[in-house]
Amino acid sequence: MASPSPKKQTNVPSMVKLSGIRKSFTDVEVVKGVDLDIGKGEFFSLLGPSGCGKTTLLRMIAGFESANEGIISINGEQMNKVDANERPTNMVFQSYAIFPHLNVAQNVAYGLKKLGLSKDEMKKKVDEMLKLVDLDGYQERQSYALSGGQRQRVALARALIMEPKVLLLDEPLSALDKKLREHMQQELRRLQRTLGITFILVTHDQEEALIMSDRIAVMFDGKIAQVGTPREIYERPVSQRVASFIGVMNFLKGDLNGKTEKGISITSDMFGEIMLDANQMPSPLEPGAVTIGIRPEMMSVLYRDSDAADNRLTVKVTSVDYYGDMTFYAVSIPKSENHLSVCMRNTVGRHVYQLDDDIVIGWSNASMVVLR
Amino acid sequence: MTKRAPLSLLIFVIVYLLFLYAPVVLLPLFAFNDSAIIAFPLDGFTMKWFWALGEEESLFRALKNSLIIAVSASLLSTCFGLLTARALARHQFLGKQAIFGLIMAPLFLPEIIIGVSILIVLMQLGLNLSIWTVIAGHVLIVTPFSVSILTTSFSNMDRSLEEASLDLGETNFGTFRRVILPLVAPGLISSLLIGFTISLDEFVIAFFLTGTDPTLPVYIWSMLRFPSKLPTVMALGFVLLVMSLILLSLFEYFRRRSEKLTGGYGKTQHHIAQEGE
Amino acid sequence: MSAVGTLRSKIKSSVPGWRLIGGPFLFGFLLLLTPLLLMILLSFWTQNYLKLDRTFTINNYVEVFSHPVYFTLIKRSLNISLLVTLTTVLLAFPVAYYISFYGGKRKAFLLFLITIPFWTSYLLRIFLWKIILGYNGVINSGLMSLNIIEEPLSFILYNSNAVVLALAHAYAPFAILPIFVSLEKIDRSLLEAGRDLGDSALRSFFHITLPLAMPGLIAAALIIFIPTIGDYVTPRLVGGTDGLMIANMIQVQFSKANNAPLGTALAIVSLSIVVFISLLFILINRRYLRRQV
Repeated sequence: MASPSPKKQTNVPSMVKLSGIRKSFTDVEVVKGVDLDIGKGEFFSLLGPSGCGKTTLLRMIAGFESANEGIISINGEQMNKVDANERPTNMVFQSYAIFPHLNVAQNVAYGLKKLGLSKDEMKKKVDEMLKLVDLDGYQERQSYALSGGQRQRVALARALIMEPKVLLLDEPLSALDKKLREHMQQELRRLQRTLGITFILVTHDQEEALIMSDRIAVMFDGKIAQVGTPREIYERPVSQRVASFIGVMNFLKGDLNGKTEKGISITSDMFGEIMLDANQMPSPLEPGAVTIGIRPEMMSVLYRDSDAADNRLTVKVTSVDYYGDMTFYAVSIPKSENHLSVCMRNTVGRHVYQLDDDIVIGWSNASMVVLR
Repeated sequence: MTKRAPLSLLIFVIVYLLFLYAPVVLLPLFAFNDSAIIAFPLDGFTMKWFWALGEEESLFRALKNSLIIAVSASLLSTCFGLLTARALARHQFLGKQAIFGLIMAPLFLPEIIIGVSILIVLMQLGLNLSIWTVIAGHVLIVTPFSVSILTTSFSNMDRSLEEASLDLGETNFGTFRRVILPLVAPGLISSLLIGFTISLDEFVIAFFLTGTDPTLPVYIWSMLRFPSKLPTVMALGFVLLVMSLILLSLFEYFRRRSEKLTGGYGKTQHHIAQEGE
Repeated sequence: MSAVGTLRSKIKSSVPGWRLIGGPFLFGFLLLLTPLLLMILLSFWTQNYLKLDRTFTINNYVEVFSHPVYFTLIKRSLNISLLVTLTTVLLAFPVAYYISFYGGKRKAFLLFLITIPFWTSYLLRIFLWKIILGYNGVINSGLMSLNIIEEPLSFILYNSNAVVLALAHAYAPFAILPIFVSLEKIDRSLLEAGRDLGDSALRSFFHITLPLAMPGLIAAALIIFIPTIGDYVTPRLVGGTDGLMIANMIQVQFSKANNAPLGTALAIVSLSIVVFISLLFILINRRYLRRQV
């Protein structure tokens, strides 16, 4: 398996560096050799299904778990032997872990007690921080009397007041309802840009990762499957698994003939031999059977014969899902087992097809990606 | 939604309650009864048995012993309970089941067995019986209660609270003092109260292990043999009942107050969360 | 990882837990396990007046099983405690049921009402039964003043029935509370579903309520059975000579008879019975718990 290079954004100094990290609980290995280099001021997401090891990885960075093998360094210093309370990281917990016996101000000031500040300094800092997270005036509010969104802000303020080099966020938005979650996504992004702190977010929600991150690491089964910017991950996934985890993708069978100066040459029963750009194959593959992926929204229903498309195909509609802004068609290719999904934006006067309609769909060569 | 109970069930419950109250209603009757003999019909009203209580010096000595024993036993067993519950809730270790079984075993042993077995050791070692031997026996039987109460407290506590404290730079000890202790405080208080109550009323172990300093139950036991002392004993029983009920009501009052203060975590939280931001 | 390596890493990861539980464990080891083992040892020795003969002998056990006095006492203790367990649980169940199903908003108050009589000395509570059942007691004087009887009844006190009655009273809250808790845990929609599917009230009681309440009933039975079989106070106060139990004999061996080895042998035989019957209860409980999963 060709390992995806843990490449870093250019010109950004490294903040968190993981090399060869392994971790087992009793006899089960949950992290199986992870290398990552996360840059200073980056908003970085660890994305994967539950049980993929992403939370364990985050907890190892925080110092709650120790790695069996490998080196963790933060800001150039090796951290393996440093306890959680000595690390320059702070965490926003999934449950927020707001101290139930303390009020908002006491919660936020919790970590400051160790720093030996005067009462006034402490109060000033707490007030500033609460203003930053939009909770000014809630100082005396008891923690049980907070809504989910407010708890999250308290958790953020409590962590940020420590001026961490790295802020770790463990599925911080999963407990919020959809509206509030979307609002907090914006808010977190804004905070990260203003403060310039490295944020590492653990999430299983691909949309959340795409919206918020500078870069994403997709994890499966304790290993990193791909690291890249949201666009790279979405448009140039290296494997079917990554592609399907980040949204929906149609897969067609094809053959890779080889690589030439002009690009890569592939053949398929459906459209014969075509040439694609070299970057449409994100991880180098050997000639032979490959999979060709196309996102549903990259395919379109051709309403008129004159509509241009590199490739076109007559198909039968097998199901119609109307989402309001979009319509998803599942279509079957005649004389083939293959099913495809096509997604069309609904606009004024655009026809919505019915079950069993025969339609023509088309897509461009540039929309295809060659993967494992 | 609550339907009416069948009449037969209601009658049964009332009769059962009468059965439960039958002995205890006699306490005030005979405590205030102006007769040296515990029998019906009753004579006039008197307070003299209560005044007689005040003159029983050995009673106060026994009460003092019992208080020393109950306080020490409840403190010690609560400490043991705290350590055990913590270890069980947060750590994996070899022999966990066996050690837990040993600590909880007194719950499954008749008290006389515990009394006898400790007595044998003391006899073999040639040690004298004293307040300390009673305390040891009581710690043994109270610890399982402390463990189960505090295990509940720990398992109701979100583990990430401790991690959050460490994450914010606090030490292990600081985390214990600033987060764990305040959160298990209600459990600690229940454990102390239960331990105190059990120890104060325990007779058999104290009977076996007590030396020249009797506990209150051992003293009451010796009084029961003298018919002339019985009205005084009734007065004592009544005082004990009234004092426990007052203590219990106070405890309940403070519990409710603290619940109001903390919002009884969760219940009100849900309520307020619904009001939105 | 090799077996030794695994063991070593397990020991290493055990240290934090051991450090915490070490104190309580040592206490239990010194004051429970060691005494129990010493008790077993002692039961194989002989008391020679003031000296202890440490040669191994099973004579104490032979005496326990051959001497009719001991056998009768053990049998009676077992009978009494099983009878107490049965009656207490049977009487407590309807009360717990009433509180759980018809208590409404007064549940806490009703439970409190039940515990009030128990907030005074255990000794006195038992002793008061002597006053109720005694020759000049409440029942006799009551019945005589109503002219139902002419002579006081003497058969109601100083026998094993009096012991059963006093114990069934003393352990009432220990039965009601666990049964109440198990009834509270029953999902009421299960009962509604049963009724919805055409169960009669009786059928839904026997097919749903009772099996689901079983763990509570068994817990209550254990909580009552274990201490009552070794009860010392009640037989002494209301049992007379016909109502004495094994604990009284054990105490006699340790004091007047000055035969600690025989006393321990008696204690060990009783303990074995307790352990055996408790295990039976626990096994039954397991079956019910498994069925619920």
